[in-house]
Amino acid sequence: MAYTYTLGMRRYGFPDLKTLLARATPPRAGDRLAGIAAESAEERVVARMCLAEVPLADFLAQALIPYESDEVTRLIVDTHDRAAFAPMSHLTVGDFRNWLLSDAADSAMLARVAPGITPEMAAAVCKLMRNQDLILVASKCRVVTRFRDTIGLPGRLAVRLQPNHPTDDARGIAASVLDGLLYGAGDAVIGINPASDSLAAIHDLLRLLDDVRGRFDIPTQTCVLTHVTNTLALIGRGAPVDLVFQSIAGTEAANAGFGINLALLAEAHAAAQALGRGTVGDNVMYFETGQGSALSANAHHGVDQQTCEARAYAVARHFRPLLVNTVVGFIGPEYLYDGKEIIRAGLEDHFCGKLLGLPMGCDVCYTNHAEADQDDMDNLLTLLGAAGVNFIMGVPGADDIMLNYQSTSFHDALYLRQVLGLKRAPEFDAWLERMQLAGADGRLLPPGASAALMDMTRALT
Amino acid sequence: MSEHDAERQWLQADPWAHLAQLTPARIALGRCGVSMPTDETLRFSLAHAQARDAVHTPLAMDDMARACVDAGFDTLCVASRAPNRDVYLQRPDWGRRLDDDSAARLSACPVAPGGLAFVIGDGLSALAVARHAVPFLLAARPLADAQGWPRCPVVLASQARVALGDEIGALLQARVVVVLIGERPGLSSPDSMGLYLTYTPRIGRLDAERNCISNIRPEGLAVPLAARKLAWMLNRSRELGCSGVRLKDDSDGLLAP
Repeated sequence: MAYTYTLGMRRYGFPDLKTLLARATPPRAGDRLAGIAAESAEERVVARMCLAEVPLADFLAQALIPYESDEVTRLIVDTHDRAAFAPMSHLTVGDFRNWLLSDAADSAMLARVAPGITPEMAAAVCKLMRNQDLILVASKCRVVTRFRDTIGLPGRLAVRLQPNHPTDDARGIAASVLDGLLYGAGDAVIGINPASDSLAAIHDLLRLLDDVRGRFDIPTQTCVLTHVTNTLALIGRGAPVDLVFQSIAGTEAANAGFGINLALLAEAHAAAQALGRGTVGDNVMYFETGQGSALSANAHHGVDQQTCEARAYAVARHFRPLLVNTVVGFIGPEYLYDGKEIIRAGLEDHFCGKLLGLPMGCDVCYTNHAEADQDDMDNLLTLLGAAGVNFIMGVPGADDIMLNYQSTSFHDALYLRQVLGLKRAPEFDAWLERMQLAGADGRLLPPGASAALMDMTRALT
Repeated sequence: MSEHDAERQWLQADPWAHLAQLTPARIALGRCGVSMPTDETLRFSLAHAQARDAVHTPLAMDDMARACVDAGFDTLCVASRAPNRDVYLQRPDWGRRLDDDSAARLSACPVAPGGLAFVIGDGLSALAVARHAVPFLLAARPLADAQGWPRCPVVLASQARVALGDEIGALLQARVVVVLIGERPGLSSPDSMGLYLTYTPRIGRLDAERNCISNIRPEGLAVPLAARKLAWMLNRSRELGCSGVRLKDDSDGLLAP
């Protein structure tokens, strides 16, 4: 179905909904690379004006990627909750924005309608929103998940402790884990990106993390971020698997490029749940996403990268994850060129994920060939803190020496806590106090106050 | 502790500095309040500046060509379709194709069919190939000669992506193209060189049809060992008649220094 909009004497035409969405998207390198971006600043705004008049119901009537050929579309259509959609069924995209910003859409209402919102609706309204709108609406969304602690409560922020090492050296990783714990990080997960793909090596890393966690009885979960098939095999070998990690994307073809499909994710979800290792909840999946992944797999079907990203959240939502992390600046400048594009994308992803009911975190990050620096990351970090992000990364000194990119440091998380008054997961805060790492107010005690952890640092060397 | 240090109570050192010997990660940095101390903030800024410079400093083609000629290699200079760095970073597709003039010159070049072609491309760090490419060629040449590979001219390519080697290799009618290229710089590794081997190169080869040796630099994989790994892979690719996922790199055990 074609869409048209007349501005003065000029009539703009958009051949279909996906083209309209692409033209309405704030500028970014990946859409330019795909040849689907607006050709002028005026066309971009006209597309938004046209999009504002599109009924939300149109998104149920026409699939951007055909139902017959894409299992992500089938998942979106087949699991759509019509009853939850009812309060919004008469709205246009423009109305939807107004409603989301209004007091009528409070936290309880947003949680109720989330199953009625499709990724395409979320992506569409996102394109009409300014950054402050993305922050305001996301801050009203509450998504709480649990495994060994409780993540996403109001006024709280969790941190993934990311102790990567270029050769997976056990003592090197343990050193970074201790550094992070001593800085009060790790309540979201202690998660390693392994350099190796070997099952034996990954098994060793799982044991290492589980030993440290068990030794200090830390109320958190551990993860080695390897392919889901590796994790399944290791569950079969009795490895201590808390969470199943997988990178996911918003189209069946892009997921095939990752070597996964929905059935495989369901198998892994069931296998991890059967282990019953969670103590306060059973959210066992950890997903990572990022704008541009579908295009980079040549699997975007002419759909803009922000909408493809929102579709990945439909995949995530189906498996009730503990954590969903948009690794926003990792992919490089051919998808998100500079700090401005990265910041916008981070806020979009967080908003869309939260609106769809996901426990969104963000890897606030950039590579050295992007036009970005620490100041851009400070901006995005602070904005996401205001938006109520569930978790961020904690990388020693913000420098990931295995993946060669810059993320956020343990210090950055402490900065955000201090500026915005954010606490950690309650179980983790209590543990830090027990271990004499932090006081009752959550602030770190002087370095070295924790005898038990200091003993372990000495035992390592 | 000097008397000035005693006054600087607001700067808190981490009493686990002994862990720093276990990892190159930036641990035990200390803090002022909750924030990063000045010295680490500046150290990080310097590392980022060096990585940025590595991305944006152009490959000095004349110097590189002279170094290749001085080392005894016939040399040709080409350019991709990306006219400058800014475009290069946003249009990887243009970095994978030769500009018209370069393609014409390569087509006119006399070839030795079935040869081994080396391409030196700037990639994301001209610094990497400026430092390591010629020493690598000098180490690899006798090993390749011993396997009887016909020589092709060494092609220097600016604004190059890995797949530019496919078009270059095809025009030179090479059996194998080996692309030496600057990798995406990390904060602690602005000069890391990667190597990509592709059997029967032609436009449209997939990444899964290549083999890679990465992190070639003194602090990573040393040049002589990388050259021996390449020789092993060259021989294996000729035996298999392909490169890529079917060619598993089992050279580690054989090549222990």
